[in-house]
Amino acid sequence: MARTVTIQRKSLNTALAWAVGLLIFFPILWTILTSFKTEAQAIASPPLFLNFDWTLENYAVVQERSNYMRFLWNSVIIAGGSTLLGVIIAVPAAWAMAFVPSKRTKDILLWMLSTKMLPAVGVLYPIYLLFIRLGLLDTRGGLVVVLMLINLPIIVWMLYTYFREIPGEILEAARMDGATLKEEILHILTPMAVPGIASTVLLNFILAWNEAFWTLNLTAVDAAPLTAFIASYSSPEGLFFAKLSAASTMAIAPILILGWFSQKQLVRGLTFGAVK
Amino acid sequence: MGRIQLKSVTKSFGDVQVIPPLDLTIEDGEFTVFVGPSGCGKSTLLRLIAGLEDITSGSIDIDGADATNVPPAKRGLAMVFQSYALYPHMSVRKNIAFPLRMAKLDQAEIDKRVEGAAQVLNLTDYLDRRPGQLSGGQRQRVAIGRAIVREPAAFLFDEPLSNLDAALRVGMRLEISELHERLATTMIYVTHDQVEAMTMADKIVVLQAGVIEQVGSPLDLYRTPRNLFVAGFIGSPKMNFIEGEEAAKHGAHTIGIRPEHIAVSESDGTWSGVVGVSEHLGSDTFFHIHETGLAETITVRADGEVGFRHGDHIYLTPRADVLHRFDAQGLRIE
Repeated sequence: MARTVTIQRKSLNTALAWAVGLLIFFPILWTILTSFKTEAQAIASPPLFLNFDWTLENYAVVQERSNYMRFLWNSVIIAGGSTLLGVIIAVPAAWAMAFVPSKRTKDILLWMLSTKMLPAVGVLYPIYLLFIRLGLLDTRGGLVVVLMLINLPIIVWMLYTYFREIPGEILEAARMDGATLKEEILHILTPMAVPGIASTVLLNFILAWNEAFWTLNLTAVDAAPLTAFIASYSSPEGLFFAKLSAASTMAIAPILILGWFSQKQLVRGLTFGAVK
Repeated sequence: MGRIQLKSVTKSFGDVQVIPPLDLTIEDGEFTVFVGPSGCGKSTLLRLIAGLEDITSGSIDIDGADATNVPPAKRGLAMVFQSYALYPHMSVRKNIAFPLRMAKLDQAEIDKRVEGAAQVLNLTDYLDRRPGQLSGGQRQRVAIGRAIVREPAAFLFDEPLSNLDAALRVGMRLEISELHERLATTMIYVTHDQVEAMTMADKIVVLQAGVIEQVGSPLDLYRTPRNLFVAGFIGSPKMNFIEGEEAAKHGAHTIGIRPEHIAVSESDGTWSGVVGVSEHLGSDTFFHIHETGLAETITVRADGEVGFRHGDHIYLTPRADVLHRFDAQGLRIE
């Protein structure tokens, strides 16, 4: 029997859901609103919600002071490059763990995940020294490698989970049909795992885009991505809330738009296989 | 050609030996069925022949050449899986063409063979559909189509009908048998269903715990089962086994009598008992007889018109010429 839900109850639940949603979204909304205020209005007490003089001045100042496009381009290269490299390495790794598991596969997976529990700052010093030695400091290539390594456990785990959903018999059928290992991965496994691979790519792109610890510590000028761009506004000259908000809005806008358009794919990918 | 020879083949998973040393020859063009209860090693044996599992020791020859270390794709065998294992992202046409594409045949030849297979299997109208849009029977046909286009040395079937409903299963059984008649290619077929084994096979291999209990034609196994296991496994309903005094009269530890070899009567007979559950199939009726003093239940197959009721007292007479005798080890006494 289906549960009967009264209209009142339904409305109440809907209102509650909206309230929680708005609460979570509020800091982002506030940042966007603040970016259109003057510095004085930004710190006004009581705070102004919508009744202020809307201005684009902050955006103009931010763009004038720093070259937004250069930071954006660095972010795209670093997030995109590290994700792509990660997937290329993770697909064969996840294939092996999902379809030819050994006694130690589970341990390896857990060990990989455990590296995510290590505080990043614990390895900052050795990696910083390595970067100096190898001449990788403030280079996009160096960051691509570091962020790929940081996110690799998650990429492997996600792909492993999706691959596990693919019946082994289909891959065996391909083997019987004369496919080599490469053809099997290329023609059968990858097309079947496209939804999973797509959501893995998206999530990792977002994670890499938002990553701040390594990007702030290992870049200065040339390779600095949008995270560094935001950080440059909380400077010794003082806090300029309105300009900081404008910079933040500009930095999160691309990823917010990407997330908005791909939310269906993300949700589908993240719940893939959860319900048969 | 498709003569397959297993020589002292063994298979272990870790410390567990699932196939003790096993020898078996499957002749060219033969329809061989591996049958046995779940976990008897029949699917493992098929996978060893396919090359999907590595054998632990021994060797496998295909057409006289050692194929022990040849990868599955190069053994010239085609396999039909229980789950059909179709490629869900490809159309029926692409599914059937896949092995030909992997063999790098030219497109004209691929098209010709796919069309041919589709015609044989009544799939012409479905070539541009995806597997998800097909019924179970059609999917099974696509899986068979994908196997026949390669013109393999032998076909391997791993319980191909167990996901189909009963009516479809009978139909597909006939189709596979007809296919075998037409292609005259070696077929190895794994099933736990002894009816499938009996109806389709030229040769049945009965397996238990990785050991071959008996190899022979369906009627050989039915008439002269080598031991109690085969006697009980082949034939439906199951053979009745009687131990003790009655068996001793025939100089055996156990005697076996098939349900169809016992005559029933209201008035007289060798044994007597009380009718329990009756299963009416129309053509036949199976009576489960209790209180015979021989075994807990004796199953009898009678004509569909015989109308005993629950609780009726009746008499049974076994046919002496088809009585099976077994010794204390369960082996047949000739």
